[in-house]
Amino acid sequence: MKKIWLDIVLNRPWFILFISVLFTFLAGYGSSQLYFRGDYKVFFEDDYPQRIEYEDMQRIFNKNENITIAIAPKEGDVFTPARLKLIQDLTEASWQTPYSSRVDSITNFQHTEADGDDLIVEDLFLEDVELTPQKIEQIRNIATTEPNLLGRLISGDGRVSIINITVNLPDDDKTEQVYEITEFVRNLTASVQQNNPDIQFFHSGIVLMNYSFAAEAQKDSQTLVPLMGLVILIMLLILLRSIGGTIATLIVIVVSIVSTMGISGWMGYFMSTATVNVPTIIMTLAVADCVHVIATMNFALRQGKSKRESILYSMQLNLMPIWITSITTAIGFMTLNFSDVPVIRDLGNLTALGVMIACILSMTMLPALLILMPIKTAKARQTNGTMEKFAQWVIRKHKPLLVVNIFIIALCSGFIVLNQVNDEATKYFAKTTEFRQAVDFLQENISGMSTVDFAMTTPVPGGINDPQFIKTLESFSSWLREQPEVDHVATLSDTFKRLNMNMHADNPDHYTIPQERELAAQYLLLYEMSLPYGLDLNNQLNIDKSSTKIVVTLKNLGSNEFIAFEYRAKQWFEKQKTSYMLTAASPSLMFAHVGQTNMQSMLKSLPLALILISGLLVFALKSLRMGLISLIPNIVPATIGFGVWGLISGEINLGLAVVAGMSLGIIVDDTVHFLSKYKHARDEEGLCAEEAVHYAFSSVGRALWITTLVLSSGFIVLAMSAFRLNSDMGLLTGMILVIALLIDFLFLPAFLIIFDNKKVATHAAI
Amino acid sequence: MQRFKLNNLKRIPLFAFFCCTLLTPAIASAMDPADKGKSIAIERKNRDQGWGDSIAEMSMILHNAQGQQSKRLMQLKTLEVKDDGDKGLTIFDQPRDVKGTAFLNFSHAMRPDEQWLYLPALKRVKRISSRNKSGPFMGSEFAYEDLSSFEIEKYTYQYLKDEVVNGQACFVVEQKPTDKYSGYTRLVAWVDQKEYRPQKIEYYDRKGALLKTLTFQKYQQYLDQYWRADLLLMQNHITKKRTELITHSLKFKTGLSEKDFNKATLKRAR
Repeated sequence: MKKIWLDIVLNRPWFILFISVLFTFLAGYGSSQLYFRGDYKVFFEDDYPQRIEYEDMQRIFNKNENITIAIAPKEGDVFTPARLKLIQDLTEASWQTPYSSRVDSITNFQHTEADGDDLIVEDLFLEDVELTPQKIEQIRNIATTEPNLLGRLISGDGRVSIINITVNLPDDDKTEQVYEITEFVRNLTASVQQNNPDIQFFHSGIVLMNYSFAAEAQKDSQTLVPLMGLVILIMLLILLRSIGGTIATLIVIVVSIVSTMGISGWMGYFMSTATVNVPTIIMTLAVADCVHVIATMNFALRQGKSKRESILYSMQLNLMPIWITSITTAIGFMTLNFSDVPVIRDLGNLTALGVMIACILSMTMLPALLILMPIKTAKARQTNGTMEKFAQWVIRKHKPLLVVNIFIIALCSGFIVLNQVNDEATKYFAKTTEFRQAVDFLQENISGMSTVDFAMTTPVPGGINDPQFIKTLESFSSWLREQPEVDHVATLSDTFKRLNMNMHADNPDHYTIPQERELAAQYLLLYEMSLPYGLDLNNQLNIDKSSTKIVVTLKNLGSNEFIAFEYRAKQWFEKQKTSYMLTAASPSLMFAHVGQTNMQSMLKSLPLALILISGLLVFALKSLRMGLISLIPNIVPATIGFGVWGLISGEINLGLAVVAGMSLGIIVDDTVHFLSKYKHARDEEGLCAEEAVHYAFSSVGRALWITTLVLSSGFIVLAMSAFRLNSDMGLLTGMILVIALLIDFLFLPAFLIIFDNKKVATHAAI
Repeated sequence: MQRFKLNNLKRIPLFAFFCCTLLTPAIASAMDPADKGKSIAIERKNRDQGWGDSIAEMSMILHNAQGQQSKRLMQLKTLEVKDDGDKGLTIFDQPRDVKGTAFLNFSHAMRPDEQWLYLPALKRVKRISSRNKSGPFMGSEFAYEDLSSFEIEKYTYQYLKDEVVNGQACFVVEQKPTDKYSGYTRLVAWVDQKEYRPQKIEYYDRKGALLKTLTFQKYQQYLDQYWRADLLLMQNHITKKRTELITHSLKFKTGLSEKDFNKATLKRAR
C-alpha cells in the first residue's frame, strides 16, 4: 500500500498534480456558496433557552434592537437654543433611518401636563416654539427630572444627550441591513459634524454592536490573513533556506485553504466572526507538516543523496508522525463540537477538515511538487552543536530542573483560580475600536449599554390596570433602582403616577397610583389615544394588556454579575408572593448564560479529548507506559498557560473556553516526536535514559523548536485582532505552545531520567 | 467601436417597444394623472353620499407576532355632514375596564379633526390633541386617521395604473396626505372601477417604506346603494401584528341628529 503510493507520487508527479488541481477546483468552487453572517445571534443555538425567551419577548412587545446617537458638547451642556435645535433636527432626520420604527429623544419626548380640564400630551420641545431662556429652563427642568429621560436620554448634568432609534430587523441574517442602517446614521452625524465642531458624536446600540462584529471580522480577514502569509513566507525562507521548497509549501497552503473553504461552502457553512480566522489557523498548521517533510529532505540532500532518494527518505520517515499529529490535532479541534456555541463548533470542524486536507496534500501534492521543481539547497551548515550542548546541560542539571519545574507548575496551577468566566459582548472589542470607545464614553457619562428586559405578566386580560398590579410593578421598579448595577429603569408605573397627577391638575400630591382599575384603564386609554405616530405604548404593553415590559439599563458589568442580578431580581419577585409572573431576557443575558454553559461543556469535553488522544499515543508509541508518561507534557502546558492568564487577565470568554482542547491537539505533536525518538533509542538501540534523551534532542530538537516558532507566531498574529474572542484565543494558544516546548525540553527529560531509569537496569540485567 | 455600433442597433426596436408601452395608456385616457386621480376620488365620494346616519356593532381583534389575540367590542354611531367631514361617536364595551368610554370625533375636510374622550370612571370629557391622530387606535394596527371619514381635501392624488385586485378591475391611485401631522408619506389605494369602493390600501411610513396594508372584504350593499365592508384587515409588515375590524350589524337612517354628537351630552351617550 505504502509502496504503491510512493511509486505513484514519485513516478507520476504530473498525475498527482492533475488530481490535486482538479480536486482544488471542484472543492474550491464551493466557496461561491459561502456567505458572511455578522450578527451576534450566530453565537446561539436556535433553541438556546435565553434566545427563545428574548425572541418571544420581541414578538410579544415590539422589537427593541436599536442604534443610538450621543450628542456630547465639548464644553457646556445641551441646553442651548442651537443644540436643542440640533437634537430636534437629528431626531426628525432619524425617522428616515432604514428599518426604523421609532425615534426617542429629549425633544420629541411626549410630555404630559394638565391644562384646565384637558390633558396635554406633546413634544417636550415643539418645533415652532420660540426658545426663550425661560422655555429652555423649563425644558431643562423637565428633562433632568423626568424618570423616563434622566439617565437614559439625558445625563444628570445635561452634558450628554442621546437619540435612540429603534429598528426592526429580520429574524435571521441581518448583516446587510445592519450595514445599511449604520451607514445611514454615520452619514447623518457626519453631515452635521461640520457645522458643529464643538460637539462630539458617538454611535452605540445593538445594531452598532452587530455592525462591529461584522466589521472587525472582515478587517481580520483583510489584514491578518495577508500578514500571516507574509510571516510564514519570511520564516520559511529563513528556516528552509530553499526557494523551491518555500514555493511548494505556499502552494500546498493555498490549496489547503481554498479547498477547505470550498468544501465548507458545499456543506452549507457560512462565515462568521469566529470562523473567519479558519484560514489563518489552517495556514499555521499546514506549514508544520510541510516543514517536517522539506527539512528531512534537505537533511538527506546535504548527506549527498539524490533528490528522488531524499524525497523518498523524507516520506518514509515522516509518514507516520504526520498522520498521527494531524489526527491528534483534528481530534483537539473536534472537541469544540461540545461547545454550546454554533460558530465555535464550525470553527472546530472546519479547522479539523483543513488539517486533514493539509495532511493528505503534504503526502501527495508536496512531494510531487518537490520532484518537479528545481531544488537548490544551501550548503550544509556545520551543526554548531547548540542542541547537543543544551541536551547535555539539561541532563547534567536534571535534578534542580525537576525541582524548579515542579515548583513553577505548582505555583502557576494555583493561579488558575484567579480566572473567571466572563462574556460581555461589549468587552469582545478592543479599546482601539470605535464601538468600544463609544460604549466606554457613554458608560462614564450617562449609562451602560447593557440592558435586561423584564416582562411582568398577570393571567388576567387588562390586568395591568389593576392597582394591585401597578403597586407590585412600582415596588419592583423601586427595588431595581436601588440596585448598584442599575443606571436606568423605564417602567409603566411612572406613567400611571404621572397621569394620575395630571388628572388632578398637576398636583404633586397625586403623583401616586390610580385608586381603581377603571380609572387606571381609562387614563391609559386617554394617554394612548393622545400619543403620536411611532411613540405609542406597544413596546411596553402586550395586546391584551396582561403584560408589561420593564427596560433596565445596567452598567457594563461582567457576565457573572448579570446572572447574579437576574437571580436576585427573580428572588425578590418570588418573595412578594403574587400571582404575577416575571421573565427576563436580553442579549447581555444571552451572552452571560452562554459563557457559563459553554465553559461547563468544554470542561466536560476535556477528559474525553485527553483519553482519545492518549489512546492514540499509546497506539502510536506502541507502549502503554509511554502513553501514560505523555499525559504530563500534554496536560501541564495548558495548566501553566491558564495560570499565567489568571495573573495577566483572569477573564475567560467564549474564545478562551475552547483553548484547552484545541491546544491539546497541537502540543501533542511535540510530545509524539520527542517520545518516539526517545523510545526508539531506549528500545531499539538499548540506550539508558540519559543517552536516549540526548538522542531525542539531537534528532528532533531543532525541528521541534522550528515548528513551535511557526505555530506560535501564527497564533500571535491572531492576537493582533481587535476582536478579543480571537486575540485572546490567539495569545493564550501561542503562549501554551511555547510553554509546551519548554516543558518538553526542560521538564520531560528530567522526569524521564529520574523516573524511567529503573526499567533500564532491569532491561540491561536481562 | 464595432461592438458599440452593434449595441446601438440592437437597442432601437427595444426603445420603440418601450415608447409604445409607455404611450398607450396615456393616449387611451388623455388626462393628466393628477386630474384623473382626483376625479376618481370625487366619484368615490359622490357615490357615498346621502346615507344620513348609521349605527354599527363592531369588534376589533388584535393579533401579535407570537400568535396571541385580544378582542375589543364597540358601538359606532356616525352622522353624515354635508360639505364637511362626518361626525363619529365610538362607545367602548370591551375591555371591561373601559366600558362606557365614549370617543367623539368631528372629522373636517379643511382643518384638523376635533376629538374628545369621555371617561366614565372620572365622569369627565377630555379633549385630545389633533396633531396626534396617527397613533394606534386602542392598541390596534389602525391609526385613528385610518378610520376617519374619507374627504377629498385630505389628500392630493395621482392616478398610477389599472390593476385587478380581489377579482375586480381597479384604479390604482396614490394619495399624499395634506396634513403634516399624518403618520404617512403616501397611501396607494385600489378602487374598483365598477362601484368605486376601496379594495386595498397600502400605507407608506415617514421614510417611504411600506408599513401596513389594509384589505376590505365581505362588501355588502345597504339601502340599495351604499357599500360597506364587513371585514377590514390591517396587516403591519414591520411588526407582523395584524388587526381585524369586524362589523356585526349595521343600520342606516336610524334618526340620529347633531345633538347625539355633542360634547356636552357625551356623558349620557349609550
